[in-house]
Amino acid sequence: MTLERLLFLSFVVFSIGLFGVLARRHVIALLLSLELMFNSVNLAILAVAWHNGWLEGVILVLFGIAITVAEVAVGLSLFLLAERIRGTVIVDDLSELKG
Amino acid sequence: MELAAIILGGPFLAFVLLGVIAPLRRSGRPAAYVSIAGIGASLAASVALLLRFQANPEPTTWEFLWAPLTRSPSIRFGVLLDGLSVPMLVVVSLVAFLVQIYSLGYMNAERPASLGRYYTFHSLFSMAMLGLVASHNTLQTYFFWELVGLGSYLLIGFWYEKPEASRAAMKAFWTTRLGDVGFALGLIFLWSAGGSFVFAELFERADTGELSGTMLTLGVAGLFLGAMGKSAQFPLHIWLPDAMEGPTPVSALIHAATMVAAGVYLMARISPLLGHTPHVAAWVLTLGTLTAFLAATMALVARDVKRILAFSTISQLGYMMAAVGAGGAIASIFHLTTHAFFKALLFLAAGSVIHAVHTNDIFEMGRLWKKMPITGVYFLVGGLALAGVFPLAGFFSKDEILITLWSGGHSIAFWTLLVTAGLTAFYMFRAFFVVFFGEREFQGHAHESPAVMVGPMGVLAVLAVAGGALGPGIARLLERSISVAGHHEASHAGLAALIPYLGTAAAAFGILVAWLGYQRRAFRPEAIRKAAGPLVTLLERRYFIDEIFLFFYRVLYLGLGAVVGWIDRYIIDGLVNFVSWATWQVAGYLRRVQTGRAQDALYAIAIGFLLLVILAMRG
Amino acid sequence: MTDHLLSIALLSPFVGAFVLLLVPGRARTALRAVALASAVPPLVVAVALMVLYDTSAGGFQFMETYPVIPSLGIQYHVAVDGLSLSLVLLTAFIYLTAITTTWYLGKREKEFFLFLALLVTGVFGVFTSLDLFLFFLFYELAVLPMYVLIGVFGSSMEIEGHGPFGWTYRALRVGIKEYGAMKLTLYLLFGSAFILVALFMLYVEGANYLPHATFDFLQLEAVQEQFSEGTSWAMFLLFYVGFGILAGIWPFHTWSPDGHASAPAAGSMMHAGVLMKLGAYGVLRVGFQMLPDAAADLAWLVGTVAVINIVYGAIAAGWQTDIKYLIAYSSVSHMGIVMLGMATLTELGVAGSVFQMVAHGIMTALLFTLVNMVYDKSHVRDMTKMGGFGHRQPGIATFFVIAGLSSLGLPALAGFVAEFLVFLGAWSSAHSWWVFPAVLGAFITAVYVLRAVNRIFLGPPNPDFPELPDARGMEWVTLVVLGGLLIVFGLFPRLLLDSIDVGVMEFLARWGN
Repeated sequence: MTLERLLFLSFVVFSIGLFGVLARRHVIALLLSLELMFNSVNLAILAVAWHNGWLEGVILVLFGIAITVAEVAVGLSLFLLAERIRGTVIVDDLSELKG
Repeated sequence: MELAAIILGGPFLAFVLLGVIAPLRRSGRPAAYVSIAGIGASLAASVALLLRFQANPEPTTWEFLWAPLTRSPSIRFGVLLDGLSVPMLVVVSLVAFLVQIYSLGYMNAERPASLGRYYTFHSLFSMAMLGLVASHNTLQTYFFWELVGLGSYLLIGFWYEKPEASRAAMKAFWTTRLGDVGFALGLIFLWSAGGSFVFAELFERADTGELSGTMLTLGVAGLFLGAMGKSAQFPLHIWLPDAMEGPTPVSALIHAATMVAAGVYLMARISPLLGHTPHVAAWVLTLGTLTAFLAATMALVARDVKRILAFSTISQLGYMMAAVGAGGAIASIFHLTTHAFFKALLFLAAGSVIHAVHTNDIFEMGRLWKKMPITGVYFLVGGLALAGVFPLAGFFSKDEILITLWSGGHSIAFWTLLVTAGLTAFYMFRAFFVVFFGEREFQGHAHESPAVMVGPMGVLAVLAVAGGALGPGIARLLERSISVAGHHEASHAGLAALIPYLGTAAAAFGILVAWLGYQRRAFRPEAIRKAAGPLVTLLERRYFIDEIFLFFYRVLYLGLGAVVGWIDRYIIDGLVNFVSWATWQVAGYLRRVQTGRAQDALYAIAIGFLLLVILAMRG
Repeated sequence: MTDHLLSIALLSPFVGAFVLLLVPGRARTALRAVALASAVPPLVVAVALMVLYDTSAGGFQFMETYPVIPSLGIQYHVAVDGLSLSLVLLTAFIYLTAITTTWYLGKREKEFFLFLALLVTGVFGVFTSLDLFLFFLFYELAVLPMYVLIGVFGSSMEIEGHGPFGWTYRALRVGIKEYGAMKLTLYLLFGSAFILVALFMLYVEGANYLPHATFDFLQLEAVQEQFSEGTSWAMFLLFYVGFGILAGIWPFHTWSPDGHASAPAAGSMMHAGVLMKLGAYGVLRVGFQMLPDAAADLAWLVGTVAVINIVYGAIAAGWQTDIKYLIAYSSVSHMGIVMLGMATLTELGVAGSVFQMVAHGIMTALLFTLVNMVYDKSHVRDMTKMGGFGHRQPGIATFFVIAGLSSLGLPALAGFVAEFLVFLGAWSSAHSWWVFPAVLGAFITAVYVLRAVNRIFLGPPNPDFPELPDARGMEWVTLVVLGGLLIVFGLFPRLLLDSIDVGVMEFLARWGN
């Protein structure tokens, strides 16, 4: 497990997540992809921390996970509410803010 | 000097009281009395001033600072009492006083509120005219000059329900305003070259040569332009015939005796400067002569008695201007004085007739001598004076003018004015015979006017008869005030001694022709009128000068106005609106970037970030 | 007490605005009373200033200085001198009469008087401020409330479009009050952009020569000679265009007619009577006085444009059939006289310019309040449909004639003094030819003014208008005060000229002649 391989893995997961965020139509899929991106970043940080023996990296990732959990909670509730009010879970149709 | 304060203050106070205290004004007759009291005080003070001045004929000046300026010469206003202004003050206040009393009778059909308004305007006018006469500098003269114009506008348009009256008032104001453009520029030029507005100072500097050249010429020319407007010199005479829409007493006061005289007065006042600008003087003479002749011709065919008198006034003003141009300012002022008397008399007499028969058309009148003998006599007196028959006042003053022209060597002007004298006598007596005698009798009820109208006429009649005697006195007063530069001493020697006889002959001839044509019916003027058709049309249409002005008004003012207005609203403003519209349109397109879809924004972020990374790695 | 006179004048309307916020919207009498009360101290102060100003000493007096943001060189620094003294007086009178003319508004007085008070605060601030940052702040404060005043309280009359850009007129709904409000505000803000740029240039440039960067007018004035010529020119042009837009210089004047046409009486009174003078004052103070060398070089531009204003405005006014547009173009024309006067750089011209600011301010306020009265009472703005109003509205007619006569420069009214001084100044200036179009403009003014009087008030009683009330109650106060001032200043110009002349001489000292 070299650093390069871990970072490469991180990059791949990030790309999959980015694709998902940009291209998926279902809000849950969006959140899942977003999670992937976050986790890939976490992976990258851990990889570098593990490689260099920095404990701070681990702590940072733990904080990140906690914040991610909070954010997902808020995001899920918002989308649930949106589904209830707007009746749709398709991201394309949630465009109230259009110009 | 306190007398001057009364002279000017009387009507001013009356105006303020009537203007501000609405109930007083609306009460009608009391308002009239206030106004008459004001001008009466002026009259008394003017006469007192004249008597005092005759005893001690030294010009006095009093001035105060009107606009303080540090570097430029400050603008001072002041009163100048000299041999020119003092007699004029008497003339103006006298005629104004008589007219205001006469108006009590003439305007008796007016509602009280209207009557009050009438007298308020009269007080305003009187104050302005007296102020003009007493001014000691050009700017102040302009100041009161414009106010006189305002008074005229208000009084001509007094019966504002009549559109013709309002139009006539506007026409008068605009025509005189046009002349005033010249006045304003002229006085600016004189100030610029001569360093002052004050008459005395300008005369001094012109004499020393400090004020000379183009600026002086242009300055005097500008002032003459103003005088042309006010004194209805050709071609700015168009407003005067129309001004007859106003009440007849107004015509008597403003358009016979005072306001129109202001132009002549101004020219007489600046005659010292005229002496230094022979070109302008020549123009004054030429235009004056032309005006006198053309106006007389237009009077020949007029049917409205007031219009006849209006043209007559224009013609006589032409005489006065010609005199000034020829260096005879004294003769001019003499004629101005006598003209004020007999022309006002004629207007008041005409007003008396109009008041009785309710028409202005002389051919609807006839044989009024029986029903209105007093008015008839007064009209006759006025007519004789105007025609210049010995020994009435007009004879002497007109004579002086003719003599001045002759001895100055202006033969064309002399003969023209002599012929015009004949025309004058003719048209005047044409009117007289048709109105008071003639074949047809006026159908309807006509009775003599009340005392309040007849009285003032009587006073004027006396002056019209005896006024000739004032000549030498006036000359004496004026000589000391109008400096000699440019003043041409009229010599009564040689052929000039014949002139009185020539004048009388012309007048007699004119009267004779009128008598033969309209009274004796020795020939039929109607036939001549038909035969000379085109010529008569030319005269009736006043040489189409009105049409020319109307053309300019339509094309220049209305036409240009439409062009400029249209461009401003649809091109210049159109551009602004276009910019606004275009901004909207562009905004509409740009707005589409905001789809409202979160993923599109994320796309943008992703691509942007990628670009930044690439740029960072490059640099 | 005398130390804080200016602040009293400035803050009185501001405090009034706050108090108005607290008064309930339905308490009409209380609202009007508060508004009126806020107008009295400035008037008292203004008159006191006129009396107490020491003409022998001259210069800026009644100065007050308080720091605001010292690190940036911003302070509350107010004073008046000969030039601004009369303008403060003008504003005080216009504010008072604007309130009395709106006495019978009947709806939403609270908002109206509130925004009016804020506007006036801004105006007082501009006239007295010697710190350019606050000058600009007050300037904006004076402009923005117009948006509300016109947009809410104005009147609409759609105009159809013609010509190359005609199709845009319907799209923009030209003529409705929202259009007028928006156009005025946006156009003026556009002008402010120029001012702001120039202001910062001044600040930065000034910082090079001063120990501490500052917005203070006096300090910047002291070092302006060291500015490079190019910079001075650029700043002057920016200030001229920026302030000039508010002053209504051609061809950036078209916001004014539409703004006026839609505005309520008090709005127009403020707009034409005071706001446009702000623009002119800005050019005078921040343009000419601050940058005299550039000004001397570019005065020909200012004067030539001014002359165009005079003649163009007068000719265009003659074409208008809508009474509000007529008076609006008349204002554009008369502002030309203001600008011409200052471009002459002569004692008479500049004195005439300042005098005209006051005289025209009063006469145009009077004219606008009159045409708005006519409109309110007859519900028509088109002159061709009017006629014979003089029978039922003699009071309005009389004051209209007075204001109109002042407009055409009739002596004994304030307009004559102003115009004639400018004529004299124009002839004595470096560009004497300016006097001819100026006098011509006065003549053309006579034509359209009398035509308007004739069309509206004269003639037989109009059968289409059986009910035509004349002015009432408080409206008379407006008419009498403004009309009276025109007459008083026309007969006794020294009341203003004594102080104006002192200011003018100091102003002209910069050019050494």
